[in-house]
Amino acid sequence: MANHTFSEQALSPWMRKPGPDTDVVLSSRIRIARNLRSFPFPLMATPEQAEGALEQLLGVAESGRLSGLGEMPAYRLSEMTELEKLVLVEKHLISPALAGQSRSGALILGPDENISIMINEEDHLRIQCLYPGFQIREAWEFASKIDDIFEEGVDYAFDEKYGYLTSCPTNVGTGIRASVMMHLPALALTGQINRILTAVTQVGLAVRGLYGEGSEATGNLFQVSNQLTLGLSESEIIDNLYSVARQIIAHEKAARERLLAESRPRVEDRILRSYGILKYANIIDSKEASQRLSDVRLGLHLGLLTDVSQETLNELLVSTQPGFLQQHHGEALSAEQRDMTRARTIRSRLANEA
Amino acid sequence: MQCQECGKRQATLHFTKIINGEKTELHICESCARERGELIPGTASGFSIHNLLSGLLDFDAAANGVKPPQLRCENCGMTYSQFSKLGKFGCSQCYKHFADRLEPLLKRVHGNTVHVGKIPKRAGGRVKTKREIDRLKKEMQGKIEREDFETAARLRDQIRELEREIGS
Repeated sequence: MANHTFSEQALSPWMRKPGPDTDVVLSSRIRIARNLRSFPFPLMATPEQAEGALEQLLGVAESGRLSGLGEMPAYRLSEMTELEKLVLVEKHLISPALAGQSRSGALILGPDENISIMINEEDHLRIQCLYPGFQIREAWEFASKIDDIFEEGVDYAFDEKYGYLTSCPTNVGTGIRASVMMHLPALALTGQINRILTAVTQVGLAVRGLYGEGSEATGNLFQVSNQLTLGLSESEIIDNLYSVARQIIAHEKAARERLLAESRPRVEDRILRSYGILKYANIIDSKEASQRLSDVRLGLHLGLLTDVSQETLNELLVSTQPGFLQQHHGEALSAEQRDMTRARTIRSRLANEA
Repeated sequence: MQCQECGKRQATLHFTKIINGEKTELHICESCARERGELIPGTASGFSIHNLLSGLLDFDAAANGVKPPQLRCENCGMTYSQFSKLGKFGCSQCYKHFADRLEPLLKRVHGNTVHVGKIPKRAGGRVKTKREIDRLKKEMQGKIEREDFETAARLRDQIRELEREIGS
């Protein structure tokens, strides 16, 4: 593999761009699941069939149809190291499932890493578009365009009644998963978070941690996404998510103002303590790091802390993950070595900032 | 036993690896296992949506105490019991072969069984026309109620034309 830029930079280029409401919403993501009509799904495909599906889909990329989107290199998962795969997972560019068990798996990566196209994951084709801040509608329009380009070149499995057919019945119909990554520290500090998240699940949305299904919410980061894919149109799904996320943003902002008005000295103390620990700690585990980084991010957005930028915090979110730490260190690390490397990474990044 | 990685927490996961007769053991706590990610088999995902789903799939049978007939997809060879274990279809034809049991499942998961979203340009031509016919029929009904029979007649011809196109 000639090009490894994706594993060198912790922060994807798209994350450096400005976006609306970035003080609460880190990113917006659309994922579209599609399958080819004439091949069994990856689960039941023989190695030859999996390879056949891969070749058809890579054929679309090589035909130049995608060239309007910029340079889109394709990587076969079999040519990557375990650590490189882990780094891609930590950057949200591939799913743990593709990294783990796929046969004839591949990744097509857009120029800003804002497009990642997975081949032979649970479905033959998964198109993912990422946008900074709260831009879920923009993300859908872009992803839908890429979907149209693929459809010109391959025959999709589509049913008149059930819509786009997917391996898992929870994706059938539109095949889309729309999600926004939200930072909700003030709702957590004021004890309102559980009430709000429970309400969210009652309107057909799901809440997950930073790394999707099965991951724990750390650092007050929550991924809110649609649950239903059948019986609603894409725009209904996206409007629903949009209006719920809008309300959560408003609640979070109100809670931040209340924190400042009612308990400023205590909040300020908490934020500055966390900043101090990040600046001087010698050993820090990932859970503590993400909690402290969340405090500092809140401090930045409350205007209580100015010596650190949002870009740096976004970068540290990825560069302090185990895979990235080890990739950069060039070898596997024990738990304690990892916690020390993590502390060093944060220290030197924050020192550069001041 | 303490975790070999952090030396702090109780080890709750125990692995034995034998490669070429050489045996290595690993005793590790859950949080270290999670950090190591997919380097360790079986810890990548805990309880997932698929576990839940397979519970739903056998719901009817479990409730009635009836053993379901062994359905099998002729295209990919997946059996219904395989499907209900994995919670995933094997190919697009599975949707046809398991159709009878699909409706209640989709109803339970999505509250609905009919797709109303995007339609692919090439594969979905027929569906697009069908939706257009439905739309025109509704419009025609409205015109009739308002006694605008001239427009209604024009819409009727349009509908007939489209119906001929898709041969229904």
